[in-house]
Amino acid sequence: MGPVPVIGVLAIQGDVVEHVRALGEAGARAVRVRRPDELDAIDGLVIPGGESTTIWKLARAFDLSEPLRKRLAGGLPAFGSCAGMIMLADRLRDGIGGQETFGGIDMTVRRNAFGRQVDSFESDIELTDVAGPPGQPFRAIFIRAPWVEEAGPAVEILGTESATGRIVAVRQGPLLATAFHPELTGDARVHRHFVDIVRERT
Amino acid sequence: MSVGSAAASNGHAQNDPSPGDVPATGTARVKRGMADMLKGGVIMDVVTPEQAKIAEDAGAVAVMALERVPADIRAQGGVARMSDPDMIEGIISAVSIPVMAKCRIGHFVEAQVLEALGVDYVDESEVLTPADEAHHVDKWAFTVPFVCGATSLGEALRRISEGAAMIRSKGEAGTGNVVEATRHMRQILTEIRALAGLRGDELYSAAKELRAPAELVAEVARAGKLPVVLFTAGGIATPADAAMMMQLGAEGVFVGSGIFKSGDPARRAEAIVKATTFHDDPDVLAKISRGLGEAMVGINLDTLAPADRYAGRGW
Repeated sequence: MGPVPVIGVLAIQGDVVEHVRALGEAGARAVRVRRPDELDAIDGLVIPGGESTTIWKLARAFDLSEPLRKRLAGGLPAFGSCAGMIMLADRLRDGIGGQETFGGIDMTVRRNAFGRQVDSFESDIELTDVAGPPGQPFRAIFIRAPWVEEAGPAVEILGTESATGRIVAVRQGPLLATAFHPELTGDARVHRHFVDIVRERT
Repeated sequence: MSVGSAAASNGHAQNDPSPGDVPATGTARVKRGMADMLKGGVIMDVVTPEQAKIAEDAGAVAVMALERVPADIRAQGGVARMSDPDMIEGIISAVSIPVMAKCRIGHFVEAQVLEALGVDYVDESEVLTPADEAHHVDKWAFTVPFVCGATSLGEALRRISEGAAMIRSKGEAGTGNVVEATRHMRQILTEIRALAGLRGDELYSAAKELRAPAELVAEVARAGKLPVVLFTAGGIATPADAAMMMQLGAEGVFVGSGIFKSGDPARRAEAIVKATTFHDDPDVLAKISRGLGEAMVGINLDTLAPADRYAGRGW
């Protein structure tokens, strides 16, 4: 193991604290990122759960979206959960007028695809690579969650939701995304997997 | 963390996760987790689909659908009830962000109706006229999560023990005066900090004084925070008001009458959203506080008769 990687958590809105804690458990040093210059000091980035329209709106208003797109294009490892998955998708369905994403993963994500809050749920899913050997399912919490509607050939599918068969966890190169919230479970396996990706790249 | 300890914080088995891959809705983690996703954001009162759209475009994380904002409830008087389902549905179909709606304190049937309409969060609110003077809604019985108001730690923990998945300060809604929200936030957070200094065997007596379940009191003492998200509400009218509440320790902000009773709602809404994220950056706050037009007029609380104070509703 090399030096402790520094991983930014995009701290515009959402469950930033939970990701900071999970990254700490996974052996990284987590810092909050709200300004363009704060992107320079990080080895990886987590985009938290939250409201994607708010995150997009503020990222644009505070000149963060273009520098962030450049860093992602330059190979910055990133992990997004829920709203974070939306922000890492190249294509978005059911966004609001003018809503864009940072992009990076060749996929189409449908926002709020699993329904409203009364439909939000938790269930066990099998996660390839991330969660260790088969038979150790991951308790996944889906909150007004998106799903992946189409994924390009370069996208590795890591997990599907069992009741719908929908894709809910993907990886493309150094980019990782889940439709659910590993940061809410106290199970740091997904964050450890991401920290490993960051370590490989630095 | 507000959710990891969810199962430990209460003895309720209903809606608790079923093992295996059968999807479980309405679990404490799913309800409290929804509030986690709103953190650092602003929830805005809206009375029409057009206002809801303005709020969404301004960056609100959710809207509260209601027929009259608190300032108008004050002005017009009468019994204030749950809003017309048509009106709530109109707002649900106008926006894609979460929609909350209010039921009266203790009015579990209004809550059932709101759940059936598909609202994302129910606010059991002192702004409406209470329907029960002894009992709040049993919120564990619902799949939809609830937010409740509190003026003190004991009140917050009583609501959590009834199943509230999110707490907000009560403040004094519809006044445009932040002083009561400040009082309630300081009260709740000071009481939390005081618990951290107690020995384990002193927590029982603290629980008795707080009139709250001992296991919840112990959990707060251990974590140094509530087991659910804590927002502020009641009288927030400016970006600086929102930022002050965040600096005091709120995890997000409800704005009621403060936006759509002001001169330029779209600009003010956007400025309050920005102020909530950059609450600790005075340079940003100075920039976004300019040119917002008239703030809502506001009411001095010493002119308010005791019967017109909403914060005393609920117990």
